[in-house]
Amino acid sequence: MSGATLQPVPRRTVRLPPVRETYLNVARGVTSWLLTKDHKRIGLLYLVSVTVMFFIGGFAIAIARLNLLTPEGGLVQADTYNRLFTLHGVIMVFFFLVPVVPASLGNFMLPMMIGAKDLAFPRLNLLSWYLYMLGAAWTLYAMLAGGVDTGWTFYTPYSSEASHYNVVATMVGVVIAGFSSLLTGLNFIVTTHWLRAPGMHWFRLPIFVWTLYATSLIFLLAVPVLAMALILVVIERIWQIGIFDPSLGGDPVLFQHLFWFYSHPAVYIMILPGMGVVSEVIPCFARKQLYGYNFVAYSSFGIACLGFLVWGHHMFVAGISLYSALIFSSLSFLVAIPSAVKVFNWTATLYKSSISFQAPMLFALGFVALFTVGGMTGLFLASLGVDMHVHDTYFVIAHFHFIMVGGMVMAYMGGLHYWWPKITGRMYSEWWSRLSAIIIFVGFFLTFLPQFVVGYNGMPRRYHKYVPEFEVWNILSTAGASILSAGYVLPLCYLLLSLRYGKRAGANPWGATGLEWQTASPPPKENFAVTPVVVRPPYQYHLMKAQNEP
Amino acid sequence: MSPENALLTPADREMLEHTMLVRDRLEEQYHDLEQQSHAAAAGMWVFLATEVMFFGTLFVSLGIYRFLYGEACEAASEKLNWAIGGINTIVLLISSFTMALAVHYARLERRKALTTCLLLTGLFGLCFMGLKAYEYYTDYVENLIPGWRFVSQEWVDQEGLSPDQVPHVKLFLLFYWIMTAFHALHVTIGLCAVAIIAVLARQGRFTRSYYAPVDVLGLYWHFVDLVWIFLLPMLYLLGTHSADSLHL
Repeated sequence: MSGATLQPVPRRTVRLPPVRETYLNVARGVTSWLLTKDHKRIGLLYLVSVTVMFFIGGFAIAIARLNLLTPEGGLVQADTYNRLFTLHGVIMVFFFLVPVVPASLGNFMLPMMIGAKDLAFPRLNLLSWYLYMLGAAWTLYAMLAGGVDTGWTFYTPYSSEASHYNVVATMVGVVIAGFSSLLTGLNFIVTTHWLRAPGMHWFRLPIFVWTLYATSLIFLLAVPVLAMALILVVIERIWQIGIFDPSLGGDPVLFQHLFWFYSHPAVYIMILPGMGVVSEVIPCFARKQLYGYNFVAYSSFGIACLGFLVWGHHMFVAGISLYSALIFSSLSFLVAIPSAVKVFNWTATLYKSSISFQAPMLFALGFVALFTVGGMTGLFLASLGVDMHVHDTYFVIAHFHFIMVGGMVMAYMGGLHYWWPKITGRMYSEWWSRLSAIIIFVGFFLTFLPQFVVGYNGMPRRYHKYVPEFEVWNILSTAGASILSAGYVLPLCYLLLSLRYGKRAGANPWGATGLEWQTASPPPKENFAVTPVVVRPPYQYHLMKAQNEP
Repeated sequence: MSPENALLTPADREMLEHTMLVRDRLEEQYHDLEQQSHAAAAGMWVFLATEVMFFGTLFVSLGIYRFLYGEACEAASEKLNWAIGGINTIVLLISSFTMALAVHYARLERRKALTTCLLLTGLFGLCFMGLKAYEYYTDYVENLIPGWRFVSQEWVDQEGLSPDQVPHVKLFLLFYWIMTAFHALHVTIGLCAVAIIAVLARQGRFTRSYYAPVDVLGLYWHFVDLVWIFLLPMLYLLGTHSADSLHL
């Protein structure tokens, strides 16, 4: 067609592709999601799954809480009540709190924050989500068709001998989900070691990465112990040989040791990633470098290591020797130090900074306040004498909900609001999001503060009725719970609406410093067009120019 | 040899082959094969750390019951077939040796020696499983399966234990079954992996710059061997064995 060059070239408008290629539109269809190896998509799969589990677990406890509105507990039978709080505990601990930040936000952000294209083992990452789903479906089925009444702690010999509900099936579900956490932890550790971008030294890593690393360590060393302990109970129930049954020579306290060897470090699984999120959010919205970076980084490891040595403080009344109780008690006091180091450093970061109160910051500040209350009351429980008095009361419930819900869920909400523009490319309603942060904070305080009072005065946990003297406090608590649940439904609405109506976010709406903000929102499939080279430590907000400020 | 390849110098050809290898095996999140194999090995080490905790839980629990119920545990331990357990230890140690050789030959890119060593490893692994199965059979015959084939009276009459010690015997035997079965499960998984890697090795999938799967499999195999080294004294050599309990 050499003659064609002589003809006039027709004028044509060159159409650019209307949408930029992102991880969301690079492939379409259900299978492209279900078989994805992209850490960002798997993070979103987790995000949806844990949200569903959160509302199921929340619904169960809403009914139980309503039941406690009156001292007679007229709403549900005692038996139903037992199954409700067990459903709540098992779902919230194993299927929400443990995976919530690491597997969703962590999965999405870890490779981006260290400048990698993906996690080290993408197929394992997908497998971990499938194991989670299998475990979740299995457990849900077991708990809805019949239920379990042992509490999330599965204490023997009740769980191994007496309970007539679906204990075996529930435990198998929890073990399956445990394997999913193992794979996540393994992936995170190898990724952090081997896939950091050039120039990304250990002390240039954002604190969120440090906390995910510490969390992964706990996953790897603690989950196997729980899995094995639960398998032993399952074997005991099936073959009727008393591994933990005292009448057959077994030792029920051994189960408690094994269980808490996992479950106390697991408490730090449920708080460390939250601390990481807060360490990202606070410097960003205070426009100031994180105070004492090294201390915050090391304290994550301090918490992870000490966390393995304190499990005995759950067993002060289980007949362990006075000497071991003393040692466990003093070690438990030691854990408060690295936690306090973090709180002091966050506070010092805020000092003389220019704070702006967007939703992520409100959640982060809420975290600091509630975590401090939760942490301080933890010291009460670490003291031998006080623990004897308040063991198994609502004081304990209030304490760990301040850490788990007041701490972790607040931090999760903060992280979700902080990274939502990056994940979806859209901004959510500023007004509604601030309102929801305030509602959640107020609702939370109203729900759990009265529980400290009733607990201290002797109201035991896990009973479906109580003496009339505690009625006022319980009414307050139930009222708070209704406010709290409204606060949790709100984000579901405005975040989903933002997907359609939210304004476009741009690469870096908060003017933040992390690597994840240097790529487009939503990011392309390979995260970065060019592998970034890191030349500075994180959180250099003091170097940023005024026009970058939000 | 294609005409284009004939024009290349050996050095060029090696470079070309290496480039193709990298394109074929390198996953997108890594810079180069070296980084990828380091990550794979690190992944296996981390996995083995979790395995230590899995087995550790069982060892600690067994240790506690051994401490609490020494007499019953010793009586039960004496009934176990330590001769087969001992032979199996040697079999596994040899298999670890051939596995170490396999990794060595993979590094030297000696395909045939690599395949042979992997097959030998698999063979010794199968031998272990066969002996283990036979041992389980003798346990079955000797009523050593608590919850299924177990006669409490035998222990009172023949071993001189008191009736309330019999549950402790059951406890020990249960741990014997759980731990050896859990270990056998690991050997089985290892055997499947050895088979797959042996086929790949035969096809020439591994080269000097890409043999991470062999390396990682080696780590796993040695670990499983190591677990048995701890299982043997913990389960079989616990009691004071006499010539009567040789099971020969």
